[in-house]
Amino acid sequence: MIDRLAFDVAHLFAGGLVLVSFMLLYQDRMFGLLNIFALHALVVSLSVAWQAYIQQAPHLYITAAIALVVKAIIIPVALHRIIVRLGIHRTIETVVGIGQTMLAGIALVALSILVMLPITAQAGTLAREDLAFSLSVILLGLLMMISRRNAVSQIIGFMSIENGLILAATAAKGMPLVVEISVAFSILVALIVIGIFLFRIRERFDTVDVHALERFRGEQP
Amino acid sequence: MTDPGALLVRAVLLIPASSAALLALFPDDRATGRLNALAALLTFFAAAGLFFFRPAPSAFLIVDDVNVAFTVLNTFVGFTTSVFSASYIAHELDIGRLTPVYLRFYHAMYQTLMFAMNLALLANNVGLMWVAVELATLTTILMVGIYRTPAALEAAWKYFILGSVGIALALFGTILVYVAARAVVGEGLDAMAWNVLVARAGSFDPTLLNLAFVFLLLGYGTKVGLAPLHAWLPDAHAEGPTPISAVLSGLLLNVALFAVLRFKMVLSANPQALAPGPLMVTMGLISVLFAAFMLYRRHDIKRMFAYSSIEHMGIITFAFGMGGPLANFAGLLHMTYHSLTKSAIFFSVGHIAQVKGTQTMADIRGLTVTHPVLGWGLVLGVMTIVGLPPMGIFMSEFLIVTSTFARQPALAVALAAGLLVALGALVLRLNGLAFGEPRGRNAPAEASFVPMFAHLMLVLAAGIYLPAPLVAWFQHVAKLLG
Repeated sequence: MIDRLAFDVAHLFAGGLVLVSFMLLYQDRMFGLLNIFALHALVVSLSVAWQAYIQQAPHLYITAAIALVVKAIIIPVALHRIIVRLGIHRTIETVVGIGQTMLAGIALVALSILVMLPITAQAGTLAREDLAFSLSVILLGLLMMISRRNAVSQIIGFMSIENGLILAATAAKGMPLVVEISVAFSILVALIVIGIFLFRIRERFDTVDVHALERFRGEQP
Repeated sequence: MTDPGALLVRAVLLIPASSAALLALFPDDRATGRLNALAALLTFFAAAGLFFFRPAPSAFLIVDDVNVAFTVLNTFVGFTTSVFSASYIAHELDIGRLTPVYLRFYHAMYQTLMFAMNLALLANNVGLMWVAVELATLTTILMVGIYRTPAALEAAWKYFILGSVGIALALFGTILVYVAARAVVGEGLDAMAWNVLVARAGSFDPTLLNLAFVFLLLGYGTKVGLAPLHAWLPDAHAEGPTPISAVLSGLLLNVALFAVLRFKMVLSANPQALAPGPLMVTMGLISVLFAAFMLYRRHDIKRMFAYSSIEHMGIITFAFGMGGPLANFAGLLHMTYHSLTKSAIFFSVGHIAQVKGTQTMADIRGLTVTHPVLGWGLVLGVMTIVGLPPMGIFMSEFLIVTSTFARQPALAVALAAGLLVALGALVLRLNGLAFGEPRGRNAPAEASFVPMFAHLMLVLAAGIYLPAPLVAWFQHVAKLLG
């Protein structure tokens, strides 16, 4: 039986993650975005650590530590340096306005709660809300990836999706391979960040315009 | 460790893994191409051995009737592609498109990709399968960007964004499957073991399974290249090295579809859950029709055949979505033939792009005059892929269309229309490529034609005569797929 406090704290962290996802949505400066992402990773790491404590699953502490060290510290610092080096700390171009994005975000959260809560009755109370919250975080991350035009915000959107997945995986009590999966994800993200740094795909940061893509596709002169 | 089956499974996984490390360290030399091929050949022998010795399923790995055929096909095409790759890469080194350091990287990644695909096929744990598919995605992203031109980086980036969103959705689906299983099976590895899932799916919560399947279909479907999630596929095929295009089309798409099939089997085992068929039929049909019309607008030869891959993955998904022994049987056949044919086409296209120095179709004319072997190889390949008799693909497409006619005539008409439209596009383009007045550069081809003709001959032979044990085998697997 989960006691009341354990339950409330777990919800606090999961709900906080959704809130931080919203904060990511309305950032219009690169450095602000990085700081908020570090906060996102910190919240997910606290949430995983709390789950490790209440489920008595010590291996989850490893996942929490990875989230803290890699995503809250190393990657934001690395991205910060890349941004300074490439001189791209300008305002972030958005495809649609912030207001509409926030409205769409609210609709997505409502949608995920409407979808997840009724059908996860069997899954146990804690897992149930956490799955709904994590689906919200995933959808908000997707929204961020499509509503931003530059590569750094797309990476951050992807990493926030990843945080949502880790929340879901830890909420599904006793799921095997969570540590392995979080390691695999970290490798993926690290490689991509290194890739940006090595290849210096500068033009990626300037325009990620659909028209620029079509030129490469050879369909347009 | 006396069980020969367990040894073979280890060999299938460890040969590529260790040769990846070896090839990364091996001093740059022409011999690496041959070593790569040798490693792939050994893997193929080990995989073929799995037909005869089968290990008991463990919590992580399983060899059953379904995946053994996929594994053998995977390692076979992996081997022939490595033979093609040796001559292709030698030419890329000569013209300086690849430096020796990148060559090492390329070979290490090739073997890592083979390892990841074999692991995804042999995995019993759905989480492990997901990790393997992710690893395969990663290696192909790196290989697509290997030429480092703006277009190649663009393609790799797009592939990364779409591919990682796809695998993220697939992971969420996997977690939901675990949540559904945990209530029945209990916590731990068993709730992710695929054989346990299928055996006990009947008592899982059907609504959770439904939601999970939607995520899995969208997630792994992105990797299959089903429309509307296909946007990464043509770019990745066109900008990467051609052996990678061959492996992508011939193998990686199959592996992703295999993942969808595994979960489809879980869903079919639960009578209350949503029938997975209609979803797959819809996505398959949209892919076929979309790709068939898009074929007309292509100017780049590799991009055109990439669209043809979307079309064929659509046909296969359609067939498995229709379900039933006959459609599944045809789907399995089509999957095998498409792997063989499409990689053969990419082998010839790779050499054509090298001798012509371009991938633009307008600059390639009269291949049968200037390079008879290559040109006629391409003609034969395209004749096979569009499904002309007596090739194997004719038989499988015929089976799919006729079995659909018996059940859903309207769907069969739409599918047949898509097939004909695609046939028209490919034959139209082929006419320009293979015949007419030669144009452009005409470097002599230094190529190994054996892999290409070996594949095409296999498909031809299978179209004329498919041995009875093989038919029985495919029918058995088709029945298992439900």
